[in-house]
Amino acid sequence: MKVHEFQAKQLLQEYGVPVPNGRVAQSPAEAEAIARELGVPVAVKAQIHAGGRGKAGGIRLASSPEEARDAAAQILGRRLVTHQTGPEGRLVRSVLVEEAVRPARELYLAVVVENALGLPVMMASDAGGVDIEEVAAATPERIHRLPVDPAIGFQPFMGRELGLAIGLGGELLRQGVQAMAGLYRLFVEKDCSLAEINPLVVTEDGRLLAADAKVNFDDNALFRHPEVQALRDPHEEDPLEVQAQQMGINNYVRLTGNIGCVVNGAGLAMATMDAIKLAGGDPANFLDIGTVNNVERVVNSFRILTSDEQVRAILINIFGGMARVDVIAEGVVRAFQEMDVRVPVVVRLAGTNVEAGERILAESGLPVVRAKDLGEAAQKAVAAARGEL
Amino acid sequence: MPILVNRETKVVVQGITGREGSFQTRRCIEYGTKVVAGVTPGRGGEEMDGVPVFDTVRQAVASTGADCSLIFVPAAAAADAILEAAYAEVPLIVCITEGIPVVDMVRVKRYLRGSGIRLIGPNCPGVITPGQCRVGIMPGDVFSPGPVGVISRSGTLVYEAVAQLTSRGIGQSTCVGVGGDPVIGTAPVEVLRLFNEDPDTKAVVLIGEIGGTAEQEAAAYMASEMTKPVIAFIAGATAPPGRRMGHAGAIIVGEAATAQAKKEALARAGAVIVDSPADIGAATERVLRERGLL
Repeated sequence: MKVHEFQAKQLLQEYGVPVPNGRVAQSPAEAEAIARELGVPVAVKAQIHAGGRGKAGGIRLASSPEEARDAAAQILGRRLVTHQTGPEGRLVRSVLVEEAVRPARELYLAVVVENALGLPVMMASDAGGVDIEEVAAATPERIHRLPVDPAIGFQPFMGRELGLAIGLGGELLRQGVQAMAGLYRLFVEKDCSLAEINPLVVTEDGRLLAADAKVNFDDNALFRHPEVQALRDPHEEDPLEVQAQQMGINNYVRLTGNIGCVVNGAGLAMATMDAIKLAGGDPANFLDIGTVNNVERVVNSFRILTSDEQVRAILINIFGGMARVDVIAEGVVRAFQEMDVRVPVVVRLAGTNVEAGERILAESGLPVVRAKDLGEAAQKAVAAARGEL
Repeated sequence: MPILVNRETKVVVQGITGREGSFQTRRCIEYGTKVVAGVTPGRGGEEMDGVPVFDTVRQAVASTGADCSLIFVPAAAAADAILEAAYAEVPLIVCITEGIPVVDMVRVKRYLRGSGIRLIGPNCPGVITPGQCRVGIMPGDVFSPGPVGVISRSGTLVYEAVAQLTSRGIGQSTCVGVGGDPVIGTAPVEVLRLFNEDPDTKAVVLIGEIGGTAEQEAAAYMASEMTKPVIAFIAGATAPPGRRMGHAGAIIVGEAATAQAKKEALARAGAVIVDSPADIGAATERVLRERGLL
């Protein structure tokens, strides 16, 4: 789960990482009032869940409260298109108005779990303010990494080593160690999947400030963080994905093609998309129906796919393990009873209780197209989407 | 002697009285697995289908000599369950549970390091040695004994690949679902090593997916050590970057996490790359014939 920059900064502040003074505004008048209160100059920053805002015109400097109002008026209500939003862009509903910082230097700090080690890693670089992937590709020696043993947590000596490596000294080193310790504690205590400060600026007057921040959360741990769930902004998510989640379908990702997919298991769901593409088609979504044996969930999957206007055909590919094929088949029958399914449906069933599942579909007399294996299922779905079946 | 599990393996099921736990335990017993004990806190002294239920793993191990644990405990309590099995010194722990917080797995993995205890999973279908022992949730009837080892980050893709193999008369030595989470107990490369050293395995099917660098680690090992053919499929060639595709570990962050980068690394290390998931069986048969292994 992602949150906005202003929410990430509030969390950082709770954990003792200094951030610029600022508040969020929903209207130009509010932005003006905040600028007046903070003192100018201020930065007015579009709050959307995507990077690349500066280049897209979503971040403006204002040297008077009136300029802050005008900047907010230009950004709010606009669809901001960045390299991360796709061509449709994202509607800006709020702006962060904060004191403009004058950076003498721009640094980088982040905590992520490195899968291969199975440990959180503190990353630090003196090449802040740019995409860290670019730094990693061009000058990997400028990224310093230290794995943290969860048994002892982040220790001050680790902060000193990393701080010195990115050129901090004296009072700034002390501040840097404190920022790293806070960032690590935030990562662990709030179950983050990423806690990143980019840039961490050294101001002209010798302070460290998190000028921009990105905090993502581990979806698996949201159950124990109602306070994090409360930060969710449904406006930032695809409406069909939000609807799917409300129906208990957590693993639905909308894509741009026209073949709707209902599959059990994440790997098979990805592989089904790959097979469709190789057969000349284009998947409309990723959907892992999961292993909960629940007829209603199958019906709800149909509900989501049939309300996606792009979808020209539906492919159901089930290889039962923990999921039972007969339950899925019952769900398909029920879906046809409860809604008007106007697109062709291709079904491939295999695995646990497949005989019972086959029988249920056969006895239903539904106009579904049967496929004996994955290859045939993909080919038939592609043909069906073209109206050739 | 097959890797990880065989007909002598004595299994304790943690979460045996739960809905999935009981259903899958029955399937394991039908398959021939020696399920010697179950654990459900507060239900000690009961029986499930003749299997004695204990309050703790330590009690279960003391009474039955169980040497493998199969875990069906819900995500919020699963890390505790794994650690309980580890404290009771169960040498092989297979955790099926999906949705365990990563931070929990970081602590578990740290505790297990250097202990000699092997964890498979979590978020996996388990391990099966066809014809001998099923410790997991896979549909037993698609598997058949034979010379091909199977490693997969995805559960249902194990079934898909194995069904293709079995329908061509190609059996499997052991199939291991390593799990779809970012932090897992046993990486694909470690299973690759076990298969490389296993005299009963002639070839390996490796099923990877987008996210992380597990396939690159496998490729590095292959390039220097692997003496057996590897047939590889990587799921997610069509997945968009930055989106989590069901598995918590299946997200493209950075170039190395893409299907293309993984395929290239494995191909350079000598693996036969299969682009379509529908062709895994055919490609494996071709490789086995070419090398005179069939």
